[in-house]
Amino acid sequence: MSTDNNELPITVYSPESQMRSPGKLITSMFHDLKESRELAWRLFVRDTSARYRQSVLGILWAFLPPLLSGLVFIVLQSRNVLNLGKTDIPYPLFVLIGTILWQVFTESVNAPLKAVQSAKAMLAKINFPREALIVSAFYDVLFSLAIKSIVLAAVLIYFKVAVSVGMLLAIPAILMLILLGMTIGLLLTPIGMLYTDVSSALTVFIQFWFFITPVVYPPPTSFPFDLIVKLNPVSPLLVGVRDLLTLGILKTPEAFLLVSALTFFGMFFAWLLYRLALPIIIERMSS
Amino acid sequence: MSDTLIKVENVSKKFCRSLKKSLWYGVKDMGSEFFGSSNSHNELRDGEFWANKDISFEVKRGETIGLIGHNGAGKTTLLRMLNGLIKPDKGRIEIRGRMQALIALGAGFNPILSGRENVYVNAAVLGISKAEIDRKFDEIVAFSGIEEFIDAPVQSYSSGMAVRLGFAVAAHMEPDILLVDEVLAVGDLAFAIKCNVKMSELRNQGISIVVVSHNMQAIRNMSNKAVWLEKGMIQEIGVTNVVCDGYEINNYKNNNIKATGSKLSYNDKVEILNVLFLNEYCKTTEIYNVGSKLIIDIEFIAKHKIIKPVFTISIFNSELILVCSNYSTFDNLIIDDLEGRKIIRYTIDSINFKPGVYFCSITISEIEVSNTLVWHEKVYNFKVAGNSTNYGMFNPHPKWDILF
Repeated sequence: MSTDNNELPITVYSPESQMRSPGKLITSMFHDLKESRELAWRLFVRDTSARYRQSVLGILWAFLPPLLSGLVFIVLQSRNVLNLGKTDIPYPLFVLIGTILWQVFTESVNAPLKAVQSAKAMLAKINFPREALIVSAFYDVLFSLAIKSIVLAAVLIYFKVAVSVGMLLAIPAILMLILLGMTIGLLLTPIGMLYTDVSSALTVFIQFWFFITPVVYPPPTSFPFDLIVKLNPVSPLLVGVRDLLTLGILKTPEAFLLVSALTFFGMFFAWLLYRLALPIIIERMSS
Repeated sequence: MSDTLIKVENVSKKFCRSLKKSLWYGVKDMGSEFFGSSNSHNELRDGEFWANKDISFEVKRGETIGLIGHNGAGKTTLLRMLNGLIKPDKGRIEIRGRMQALIALGAGFNPILSGRENVYVNAAVLGISKAEIDRKFDEIVAFSGIEEFIDAPVQSYSSGMAVRLGFAVAAHMEPDILLVDEVLAVGDLAFAIKCNVKMSELRNQGISIVVVSHNMQAIRNMSNKAVWLEKGMIQEIGVTNVVCDGYEINNYKNNNIKATGSKLSYNDKVEILNVLFLNEYCKTTEIYNVGSKLIIDIEFIAKHKIIKPVFTISIFNSELILVCSNYSTFDNLIIDDLEGRKIIRYTIDSINFKPGVYFCSITISEIEVSNTLVWHEKVYNFKVAGNSTNYGMFNPHPKWDILF
């Protein structure tokens, strides 16, 4: 062999916490993120094509659930069974956008844990950039969003919503909503890999969360119900996207920006935690 | 020193037997990892044990090192640390170069997708770029030998076929270091040969290989150095044949194997009193050099008259494969009958078995072999020492000539 050994990359495994050398840790995080792009894409293509190959209704599943739950509320509201308050825009439009966005959010929350859990066998045996699983899960959510946006567009056209510059802003705003969901999901992933309680609790909690988020009703303004909007990080994002889509404006830009900033910070934190936790999790899974 | 690709220094790793505690320690470890404190690594907590303790060795370029040991000796744990999947609790591992593991063949395979699609997924998981796979695709498929099924979904494959495809992808990586865990035992014979050829090809390219296997023959053939792990610690490290011999001898002392030996008497006509293993000077021994004389004396007492007795001696190797079985009657020891205390002597002039541990079964029958009176099944053992000068179970010492 003519290869000069000095050129070979050196990897060191030692017990010291990676937090002791933060510079190296952060460099390797971004390096691995870059390295994981191709694998993430492959995993996404694999999961997506496998899913649709074994399904007759296919992409229908991406928008059927929010459409159905939206319809329930439309019927309840129109028959005056429920009075959910007055909305600026026609209630069916309001509720359909709401349930679709909520679905995007819950998919984002569930995506990381689901992705890591289904890759358990691979994780236990192969050293690949762990970021790939999360990036692939992100692609998955985006793909599902792409399908939903067709329905969303149809709804907007049907209700003759005027085209505005705000609609363009809705795109980064939806991405923020996804990022927030994935941050929450990723934060829960390390513990969720150890204890199944996390995913069970998540299912229950998300159902509850639906009712404390202004999805099917307008944001309350009177105390104490306005706390729903003020303390719930999803509210400003979800309401913001809906307002941008239908009215073309952000009613509460400060709250929106604050949550966005927190999301970026939280995402980095969750990523760090995920990286540090994985070797410990793998150690506790069977090989 | 720069030729060392793997350097393992005083590495220890602890594991926990109780799942509940293990999970809770996991949560704690995450905390200490995050806050940068590492006190949890040094001492055993309640329910923990050292799965690897104080392990040190080096692997140089082009070397193949075999990890041997019983189940649960810590081989896989060590391999997982080398692979960077889990962190050591003590010590340090330094890896130079690109590391690949032939461990989970076909990792990331999705049964619904075709073999073709899965090749790309599997390659991506192993860190091979699409361009590289595009270039090698035909070669990979040809190697796997399943060209006609490549566009069928993997769930229609037999398990052997899926593994073949997985191996084909993995074998086309270009690492500096390869970790192999008991994967060559898959597939049919033709494929096993292909794998072996591929492995020696990789070795000749100067790749360092760490291989875990229970197949001692494979370890002896492949590796030039061996590490024998016992309860997480290195029992012996050195030249493969020496370490493997030690391991095999230890194996037969091990109760598990002794338990397979059993003494069966079908009636009280005859009793084996003593079995002696003798060398060419008629001294008792346990170890024979390759090519030396082996004598087995069976001392027995026939309490009643045995008509046309048949003695048999069968010899098995350490993997319990029958090496030879001989009947006294076939070898022309014809006796009409006998009674009382006697000794039967069995002699092999030149024992040309491969060095290793052998087990011995002895039977005494009347008239024909199936009419067994007493059967000592794999109760005895001996060792053949020396250097093998060939492969296979025994060396017939052929004569080679060049004719023209």
